[in-house]
Amino acid sequence: MIIEGKAMKYGNDVNTDVMLPGKYLALTNPEELGKHAMEGIDSNFLQKVKELNIIVAGRNFGCGSSREHAPIALKYGGVRCVVANSFARIFYRNAINIGLPVFECVGISERIEEGDQLIIDLTAGVVQNLTRNERYSSMPMPEFILDLVNEGLVNYMLKRRKKN
Amino acid sequence: MSCEESEKKEMNIFEKILARASKKKNVTQGEIVEAEVDKAMINDITGPLAAEAFEKMGGRQLWDKERVIAINDHYVPASTIQSAEVHKAMRNFAQKYGVTNFYDVGRGGICHQVMVEKSHVLPGELVVGADSHTTTYGAVGAFSTGIGSTEMGAVFLTGKLWFKVPEATNIIVHRKLDFMVTPKDVILYIIGQLGADGATYMGVKFSGEAIDDMSIDGRMTLCNMAVEMGAKAGIVEPDNKTIQYLKSRSDKSFNVVNDDNNSVYARTIDYYASEIVPLVARPYTVDNVKPVSDLEGTAIDQAFIGACTNGRMEDLRLAERIMRGRKIKEGVRAIVVPASQEVYLTALKEGLLESFVKSEVTIANPNCGPCFGGHLGILTEGESCISTSNRNFVGRMGSPKSKVYLASPATVAASAIMGRITDPRHLEA
Repeated sequence: MIIEGKAMKYGNDVNTDVMLPGKYLALTNPEELGKHAMEGIDSNFLQKVKELNIIVAGRNFGCGSSREHAPIALKYGGVRCVVANSFARIFYRNAINIGLPVFECVGISERIEEGDQLIIDLTAGVVQNLTRNERYSSMPMPEFILDLVNEGLVNYMLKRRKKN
Repeated sequence: MSCEESEKKEMNIFEKILARASKKKNVTQGEIVEAEVDKAMINDITGPLAAEAFEKMGGRQLWDKERVIAINDHYVPASTIQSAEVHKAMRNFAQKYGVTNFYDVGRGGICHQVMVEKSHVLPGELVVGADSHTTTYGAVGAFSTGIGSTEMGAVFLTGKLWFKVPEATNIIVHRKLDFMVTPKDVILYIIGQLGADGATYMGVKFSGEAIDDMSIDGRMTLCNMAVEMGAKAGIVEPDNKTIQYLKSRSDKSFNVVNDDNNSVYARTIDYYASEIVPLVARPYTVDNVKPVSDLEGTAIDQAFIGACTNGRMEDLRLAERIMRGRKIKEGVRAIVVPASQEVYLTALKEGLLESFVKSEVTIANPNCGPCFGGHLGILTEGESCISTSNRNFVGRMGSPKSKVYLASPATVAASAIMGRITDPRHLEA
């Protein structure tokens, strides 16, 4: 699975409240949720994401509330992938389950600047930084996780049930 | 190693619960197991999405309708047309699939409080909830953790979920807590020491004399906030207090699970109660912890006592004792939200609510509203709130330009009286 795009940078401990503020939690439509992505900390996000569509963040990305609305808002807001030094566990699982690719690599945030052109190969576990001509390696994702990211947990379960 | 030894490994409480739930003799840290969950909880924020995922996955009936608990608690009573819609979706879900453990408006209260006080959680159980503060149930010796809505849809279908056996940390708090130092101060202290990602993916056990001395209410506060340092689960090993608490509430039988004698913890961290004083987590991260004395005098506009963190009887009694016979400072508003209908009724019978009203406190019905910036006590630009809740993120209680300071019910009550952040030890007569 290959994803290409440009980096938009955030710091450490970006929580799910700022990705999708509490006042929008009664929304369920993904497109509607997407319109409020990152509203809590970045009022220019929807403008920026048109060009900078890969989030690159520091430690503990997605901490806080278990709201799946947060990764849904990012995905439908236009984010193609989130790359971070580390993720909070519920966000990490939620992102995979709703089909938002995530890539964890210690120290990666310090190597990438906003606007850098990136190619992410989730299957190989490698990020290529075309702007700086660098490569960063992490653990490749197991196949079933890649299937989940690709299809989303809903379709994955549906298929598995049909097979049985 | 003899065969006998390899068959019987000494396991910690997290491993033992996951081994039982995945029908294995032994499990080891890092191993991925598919486990059968004992209970699955949804609320009005996460439930409608879970129900939708379940149906999209082809679900026609729940794996076990007795084991699903659905609770309307965030927007109670419905505050907008949209929240009325999500409540309706929850009602329809409960009716369509025969969920009898459904707590609608006025029937239950904040989901985590209801789960424990209605005995939906028992020692040794594996419980998942579509809410991050599901870690609360570790207070009665369950392995409980938060999951997303889509995963919950899969649990509804199969009753199973994959888990990585967590690295276990034993946090020991030795000796007795000082006067006016509460379980909230203990957990703020620990998070301040370890950081907001200091226990990511880990199972955290709380032990030591200070924890032994805590009531179930206090242990719930502790386990509730384990997730604020990234933990997968927080737990206190069941003791006589746990057993008495549960037996006083239901006839359900249960098997207490404890650590094996020689079980292994990857990390053991020792703290001494004497290090812990009344604390505050300043905006905008929960690990931004300082002694209240460092912040004394900081002006506040609102004081909130409630939430799944601190809306229980022990919390309300403590706050009332401090506020009794005094009025909150002019220009400041205070809000008290009992964590459940049961707590509300008990507080009413004990005269606490009357006392709060005399102190000019606003009492709201059990719900999550103020804590997550949903409704009831939203902050506008430039306002500050001192709160017993568990998060102080940017915009958590309303405007991104407002501030939330987290503290114990004692500190919040004292601050409400004085109109500025106040060390409760300086106010108590």
